[in-house]
Amino acid sequence: MNPVLDYTLWLCFAVLSVAIFLALWRLFKGPTLPDRVVALELIASMTVGLIGLYAIRTGRDAFIDVAMVLALTAFLAAIGFARYLEKGSHRDDH
Amino acid sequence: MIIDILAALFIAAGSFFMLVASLGVFRMPDLLTRMHATTKSGVLGAGLIMCGVMLFFVDSGVTLKALAVMAFTTLTSPIAAHAIGRAGYFIGVPLWDKTVKDELHGRYDEETHVLRSPGQMRDKKDQP
Repeated sequence: MNPVLDYTLWLCFAVLSVAIFLALWRLFKGPTLPDRVVALELIASMTVGLIGLYAIRTGRDAFIDVAMVLALTAFLAAIGFARYLEKGSHRDDH
Repeated sequence: MIIDILAALFIAAGSFFMLVASLGVFRMPDLLTRMHATTKSGVLGAGLIMCGVMLFFVDSGVTLKALAVMAFTTLTSPIAAHAIGRAGYFIGVPLWDKTVKDELHGRYDEETHVLRSPGQMRDKKDQP
């Protein structure tokens, strides 16, 4: 592998790990439930990116399928949380 | 050689935008501004990383799958953001105290989920 791409991959893994930790902090702290849902959706989106980086790192293209499925299920989870919030939550649940 | 450096550029840009989205969700003051930061930057970051994947594997099947990932995220992220923002407004998530304008304030009935247009506002003058 090209050394430029190799170093960039390590840098991007580090940057994405820091980014996931920041979103995780919001997931733990987030004052309301929709804040946590937003943080979860962002974590899923960043995991899609991380899987793409890992596919480049290992050179196996089968990981792209995993990213595709994860992108779809994250959408379903967000829609499910939104339905739950609209239908069944207390108004002062924060 | 050149195509590897191009892929490195794309994944570096994608990771940068992911970091920007995460900083937004970490630092922004209320739900709607956090969603403003995450939805656009997150989709852009995932799309740029998928562009890097396409450039690295020069293969039509991988390119199609990466395009599918980009299309899914681009299509689904605004819908999910709309649903979550709507639900957040419905359950009364507090806005930032420096929010300039809330167009729905006073027009939206929390109990019945009815949104009145300005012409209908006169009927409900007794309500605060």
